[in-house]
Amino acid sequence: MKHARIRLPGEADIHAVLVNDDHSVQLADGRRFAEEAVEWLPPAEGTVFALGLNYADHAAELAFKAPTEPLVFLKSPATLTGHRQVSVRPDNITYMHYECELVVIIGKTAKNVSREQAMDYVAGYSVCNDYAVRDYLENYYRPNLRVKNRDTLTPIGPWWVDRDDVANPASLTLRTWVNGELRQQGNTSDMVFDIPYLIAYLSSFMTLSPGDMIATGTPEGLADVVPGDEVIVEVEGVGRLVNHIVSEAQYADRLLTK
Amino acid sequence: MKQGRIVLNQQARRVTALADGKLLLDNGNPLADSPQWLAPASGTVYGVALNHRSLLEQLEAEFQQPPYQKAPATPVLFIKPRNTHAGHGSVIALPTQAGKVFAGGALGVVLGKVANKVAVEQALAVVAGYTVVNEISLEETSFYRPAVKAKCRDGFCPMGPWQVDAAAIDPLNVEIRSYLNGELAETHHSRDWLRSVPQLIAALSQFMTLQPGDVIIPATPLRQLEIRPGDTVAVEIDGIGRLENRLIAEESAQ
Repeated sequence: MKHARIRLPGEADIHAVLVNDDHSVQLADGRRFAEEAVEWLPPAEGTVFALGLNYADHAAELAFKAPTEPLVFLKSPATLTGHRQVSVRPDNITYMHYECELVVIIGKTAKNVSREQAMDYVAGYSVCNDYAVRDYLENYYRPNLRVKNRDTLTPIGPWWVDRDDVANPASLTLRTWVNGELRQQGNTSDMVFDIPYLIAYLSSFMTLSPGDMIATGTPEGLADVVPGDEVIVEVEGVGRLVNHIVSEAQYADRLLTK
Repeated sequence: MKQGRIVLNQQARRVTALADGKLLLDNGNPLADSPQWLAPASGTVYGVALNHRSLLEQLEAEFQQPPYQKAPATPVLFIKPRNTHAGHGSVIALPTQAGKVFAGGALGVVLGKVANKVAVEQALAVVAGYTVVNEISLEETSFYRPAVKAKCRDGFCPMGPWQVDAAAIDPLNVEIRSYLNGELAETHHSRDWLRSVPQLIAALSQFMTLQPGDVIIPATPLRQLEIRPGDTVAVEIDGIGRLENRLIAEESAQ
């Protein structure tokens, strides 16, 4: 089953919904709306972890050796947005790139969990596009919040799928299309630290709670995106997340008319 | 006014602390017993590293070398996630096999309004109030990679007991005192911060929208106050209050 959080146009309430095969959503009261008729929100609420350099090929692309310990950083709700929303490219920068990632949604409180037991704590999977603005990279707490936690720069969704609906999360194709052209392709089998390792690692020093999300890193194939671009990230068997790049001025206009 | 959050019958409730020390529940009833405190705010907690001159001066030479190459040009930020949030009086479990653990006496700036690209001159208008924070951390030997393992352990960000209204505090003139087992152990002052509270609100809100209930920790000093299981650590700011927590060993907490 696919689970999402949405808002209806002009309403403030957030609805937890189930998503049908045609991507229409089903509210608890039985009402049904088409994919295009609702505002898609991030599918879960909790602490968001993200992984840097967790695909060996991507680490090489950035001229890094793969890390010996997971390179974990955190995101706040400020940066999150949903399916079919926009992301803002700041003015006067030279390089903003997408990152297609598999996201693990935690389903049970996890502390000191072993690798062997780790998958018992997974509720399901989602997809995110972990955009980065490389111009703002400084060598402090790298990657820093100014690069990775900007308003609208972490679309996530459209939904999360139940763990048991994904037969092997360690063998899923990730793909990114920009304006219909395939730009990035990889496979979760190339992760440096796999899902059970990451859950065991994080829970060895902190408690994970239901709703927490772990964005597991991106493979090679990065490229610049500009206002007007349509960017789609897809994880096989999980979902396909659509996003459009806008300029700062276009975003300000949208906020005024919303 | 002093406003806090407590747990009563397994529910989070708001309380007001009166000038005589009495506590009133959100329904107006007085509270007889000393309550189980929660952090007074429940939004995202953003910390600012390397904003204290003592720390910056010590690291100045190192920052010209790899991997840093040059001193930071913008505020160095981190997040204290929800598992770290705790209240006044909470017992905090320290790891015993992970090296030294340090207290981090600090101010907490609690936002009251949505803040998006706020100018320095208008920045204090988005502040609802102030609280006391202990930004606990393992020793930091590097500022290159995010310090999640050092800073994001359960209970490593107690806040409280309450927040006071913004008008009660001048954030450009704050003295923060830390006590170990009742003895004054460390004092630091907002005049030693590189960037002020209004400058930080302006800088953060330039690229991410801050929400009511979010907290900014403007600075923590050079890590000198080591804490160990068995200790009681307190952080005090005049005009706000005293945040006290007892420390135990992680093994005995399980």
